[in-house]
Amino acid sequence: MESAAPMIEVQDLTKRYPGRTAVDGLSFTVGRGEVVGFLGPNGAGKSTTMRILACFLPATSGTARVAGFDVFHEPDEVRRRIGYMPENNPLHLDMRVREYLKFRARLKGLSWRRSRGQVDAVLQQCGLTGVERRIIGQLSKGYRQRVGLADALVHEPDLIILDEPTIGLDPHQIRAVRSLIKELGRSHTVLLSTHIMSEVEMTCSRVLILHQGRILAADRTEDLERRLSMDGQVVAEIAAPEAALIEAFRDLPGIERMEVTELDGEYRRLSLTPSQGADLRPLVFGQVSQHGWVLRELTRSRHSLEDIFVHLTQGRNRPGN
Amino acid sequence: MSVFLTLVRRELGAYFKSFTGYLVIAAVLLLNGFSLVDLIERVRGLAIDAPVTELFYQTDYFWLIVLLCSPVITMRAFAAEKSTGTYEALMTTPVGDWQVVLAKFTGTMGFYLLTWLPLLAVLFALRQITGEAALFDPPVVLATFIGITLVGSLFMSFGCFASSLTRSEIIAAMLTFLMGIGLWMVGYRPDASGMLPAWAQPVLDHISLTRHMEDFSRGMVTGRHVVFYLSGTVFFLFLTHRVVESRRWN
Repeated sequence: MESAAPMIEVQDLTKRYPGRTAVDGLSFTVGRGEVVGFLGPNGAGKSTTMRILACFLPATSGTARVAGFDVFHEPDEVRRRIGYMPENNPLHLDMRVREYLKFRARLKGLSWRRSRGQVDAVLQQCGLTGVERRIIGQLSKGYRQRVGLADALVHEPDLIILDEPTIGLDPHQIRAVRSLIKELGRSHTVLLSTHIMSEVEMTCSRVLILHQGRILAADRTEDLERRLSMDGQVVAEIAAPEAALIEAFRDLPGIERMEVTELDGEYRRLSLTPSQGADLRPLVFGQVSQHGWVLRELTRSRHSLEDIFVHLTQGRNRPGN
Repeated sequence: MSVFLTLVRRELGAYFKSFTGYLVIAAVLLLNGFSLVDLIERVRGLAIDAPVTELFYQTDYFWLIVLLCSPVITMRAFAAEKSTGTYEALMTTPVGDWQVVLAKFTGTMGFYLLTWLPLLAVLFALRQITGEAALFDPPVVLATFIGITLVGSLFMSFGCFASSLTRSEIIAAMLTFLMGIGLWMVGYRPDASGMLPAWAQPVLDHISLTRHMEDFSRGMVTGRHVVFYLSGTVFFLFLTHRVVESRRWN
């Protein structure tokens, strides 16, 4: 029956430290095969939740199950099924890559023979074959991150938990690590945390937005964007006299606000805010073609997760945070 | 078992991947060398009927080595892993808390004993120099090494405990040194403490490390001493385990 259970089931999870609540009544589920992003600012409770799921910290109250096993009562079963990369990717810097992965595989209960095969496989998968004999401390951060990912994968876990997997990397390294995570998502359930919005947009199918230990929003990445981009403003650059522009758009239905600014030459920038989430682009095009004006740009601003995040957390900041 | 051995191997290997391991070995060699010179001076000057191993303990070099090296050997056990974060990576694999504690202890013990191996060469060299076969009596040497092992196990358990309490290696080392030197001083030449009440004298005698070592170095391994060191070691390993376990307390 094990496979029928969702990969992660969290119910009313709370973690309190003296004078501070890190996680406040969190509930969510992650299905098998999903790639879910935990998004939130620093101190939102992402790492604490992950540590509880990885059986490193106890929760104050609530329950958490991984692959049907309770993290408090059956921690060994849970640990066998997860590959966890803690924050800042701690590694034994004095060890060589292959040696380290072999050591970790053995700790995770793999037999000598199986650990050898698995280490070969993850070295290949994470693009580490060229550096397997190098000392980890002498590798670049990007390679170290791959070693951390390889470690999380080496025992073929059902669930991979990655705490801020791309933090501190340069853009090239970030790209490489992200594409690796995307690839992992095809065969594993992945829960990753980040405070970078674009990372979630690029790698995750679903997002949980965390703020001050609570879930503010949980949805499929694109649904969340769509839901919050309803008030999408339309911007058009049109070569037309200002008065004619205002005349043409003033009395049209569905427009809440209009703004015209002057640009180079004959061009004017027209910004329209819809009243009920309507898409104003066809309307603009209709007016432009009717008047025979020249249109050089027509865009509808699409809210990124970043905007959504700011929108959701606005006004919720309590003093002291 | 294989997980335990994997951990022990890693613990031992770490000493040879850092400067610390070689530094400790060099320091012990140096101090053993001094004690050899000291010994030769004594043996040459006087007719002594005590075994050479006993003289060795009277020079106090032995205590200098144990008191100084045990903090350096044990400080990294937990503290270093906590400060680099690898502790979290370790404790989220399916290894048991006892496995971790015992592997750390075994690793420190293994390295400690390794640093003492050159002493055999010192004793052997002494025998060659003096030509006195009686100075190098195998049962006495064995008893001496049993003594070294027992004292070491107690000090290593102090160190593991201290290291489990903090994420700073320096603090761990200082705590271990304090525990070690505290116990050593309480029982140091207890006869000299005439001001103590009558009941305190037998207690001090019982926990006097120097007394114990004198016995060991004469070839006397008594049950009382063995029980003292083993129970002390078990007690501090138990405390270490409680500390490791405490992260799961609410």
